[in-house]
Amino acid sequence: MRSSNLFVIVVALAACATAAAQTTLYQNVGRAATAEEIQAWDISVSPAGKELPPGKGTAKEGAPIYAAKCAVCHGRTMEEAGPLGPALVAKKGGNLRGTIAAWPFATTIWDFINRAMPRFNEGTLKPDQVYALTAFLLFRSGIVKEDDIMDAKSVTELQMPYRNAYVPSDLAEIGNIRKRACRLGHCPGPDPVAAH
Amino acid sequence: MSAKKSDRRQFLRNSAALAGLAAGAAAVRSVGAQTLDFEKSQTLDTPAAQAAALEGTPGLAPGQQFDAIYGVRSRYEHAGRIGGIGAYSTGPDGKVIRPYIGGLTPVQSLIGIITPAALHYHNTHGYPPPDIDPQQHRLLIHGMVDRPMIFTMEDIYRLPSVTRTHFLECNANGYTTPSRMAPEATAQITHGLMGCSVWTGVRASHIFDMVGVQKGASWIVAEGAEGAHHSKSIPLEKILDDSLIVYGQNGEAVRPEQGYPLRLLVPGYEAINSIKFLRRIKVVDGPYLQQRETNAYQTVVRAGKYADGKARWFQFELGPNSVITRPSGGQRIGTQGFYEITGLAWSGAGAIRRVEVSTDSGRTWKAAELQGPVLPKAHTRFTYAWKWGGEETVLLSRSTDERGEVQPSLAEVGKIWDVTVDYLKKATVGHTNAIQPWKVAADGRIYNAIV
Repeated sequence: MRSSNLFVIVVALAACATAAAQTTLYQNVGRAATAEEIQAWDISVSPAGKELPPGKGTAKEGAPIYAAKCAVCHGRTMEEAGPLGPALVAKKGGNLRGTIAAWPFATTIWDFINRAMPRFNEGTLKPDQVYALTAFLLFRSGIVKEDDIMDAKSVTELQMPYRNAYVPSDLAEIGNIRKRACRLGHCPGPDPVAAH
Repeated sequence: MSAKKSDRRQFLRNSAALAGLAAGAAAVRSVGAQTLDFEKSQTLDTPAAQAAALEGTPGLAPGQQFDAIYGVRSRYEHAGRIGGIGAYSTGPDGKVIRPYIGGLTPVQSLIGIITPAALHYHNTHGYPPPDIDPQQHRLLIHGMVDRPMIFTMEDIYRLPSVTRTHFLECNANGYTTPSRMAPEATAQITHGLMGCSVWTGVRASHIFDMVGVQKGASWIVAEGAEGAHHSKSIPLEKILDDSLIVYGQNGEAVRPEQGYPLRLLVPGYEAINSIKFLRRIKVVDGPYLQQRETNAYQTVVRAGKYADGKARWFQFELGPNSVITRPSGGQRIGTQGFYEITGLAWSGAGAIRRVEVSTDSGRTWKAAELQGPVLPKAHTRFTYAWKWGGEETVLLSRSTDERGEVQPSLAEVGKIWDVTVDYLKKATVGHTNAIQPWKVAADGRIYNAIV
């Protein structure tokens, strides 16, 4: 009993020794990050939406927030570049490409408003406000209805009109240098991966 | 024996002190932005000590102290960065209305392969470089790692360092914009969105060894500390291969425009990936589709077989490229006779293997001399001896990289995208590494002859 306990400890120590070789060598260089710190710093939202916080909002709720916090730079119509910000929605019948409607994932809209807006006061919007602004932009782009509730689930599941307008469109293929079109849209000569 | 004992006692005392320091540091650190005791350097190398030492520096004329302390170039030298593609937009009166715009490297004035930091192009997409106190700066690495960690700058300085020479090039360098296509365009306009520096820092792979990357991790998302927290997904393989986390540029701290105090450096990839003011890296299992990888940094072609309305994204690696910097657009050569043609060549794939120069409008090509050092993913200086007989002609250069890939002409770029040169003239197509032709007029003036 006693020896078997010892055995467990020895095995565990051996495993630690390998895993911790680097940390031992560079002892006291850097420190462990706490879960609270990571949560406070981590503002990245993936297309899977797993980092989206609780909260919700509609376009109706987003309209006054846009007017108060966004219009000063992006303009009231959203169809023309404002004094500091680009046009956000296409003119009626216009090309969506170049507007946020062409973004392939609504999670990116949420992520970008949350991390970078409003200019000069970045990071001050609350999750409900970010959801409401996301809903407002999507409504003005003709993608959702005015009363549609945007939350973690609907933002993640929303099918954006340009979702498949990217090459490669399969996210799993982007890491493959040949599938992501190499340089200038083609791969001349021998397989660059093989030649590397 | 007793010596040993006393060593051991000393060791124990030190250990206790260290443990106390660690515990105290942890307590202070948890409140975030405070200065830590141990970060107040115990050497004389502090800003206050330096200022005190400089105060008595002899031989300085009043008002010239700054010049003498941090040297400036001769007053006869005027090369400077000019506003460029970093400009956000222009108002109806043609004035740039963005408060902060980027600047283009005066490549025609560069000597050798290093771009002085003060002349290195910069573009923070409307967000001026933040004023970061390195004592307050932190780098967090988390996500699919065994040991999420936070590093201070002091921590980073303690780790084994490497020094590498690499170019940085914006995806928009050589963009087929109207100003870049204009006959009066200088090399600064055509190729000013690049620079090459000697970078010093820590191998990214080293830091990732420390945190322990978990199985299944395949990408990272790196993020800056500036207002917009620019963020980018990069394949983990590239990060572990040759990427660096740098704090030094050309022998001093990285400049604010270049990412002070800490920047990710991803050699050979579009420079948008080399995150400045690096504050966080999240290890993940796929691209995160951040703003500057979903609505920008793509190629959309509206003619030919690629006019499918689809965007080519995540192009990353920059192709073989070169430009003659002297003589180049806007310059004028004088009397007939000998001139050294010189320029820069580079490739995101690795080292430059060959540069050819044509002095007869592309009819014949001859090997240029590579001045050296010839370094991978770095600017390479080439030279070519030329005797000008007063004739009108076009000077061109084309590079071949270690992968054997050859720099294309603009017409060949058109073929790759299945569009005409006329199309390229009208549409702005990025990620373009077309051969740059310079026309020499009979009066010795040099013009851009890209089309």
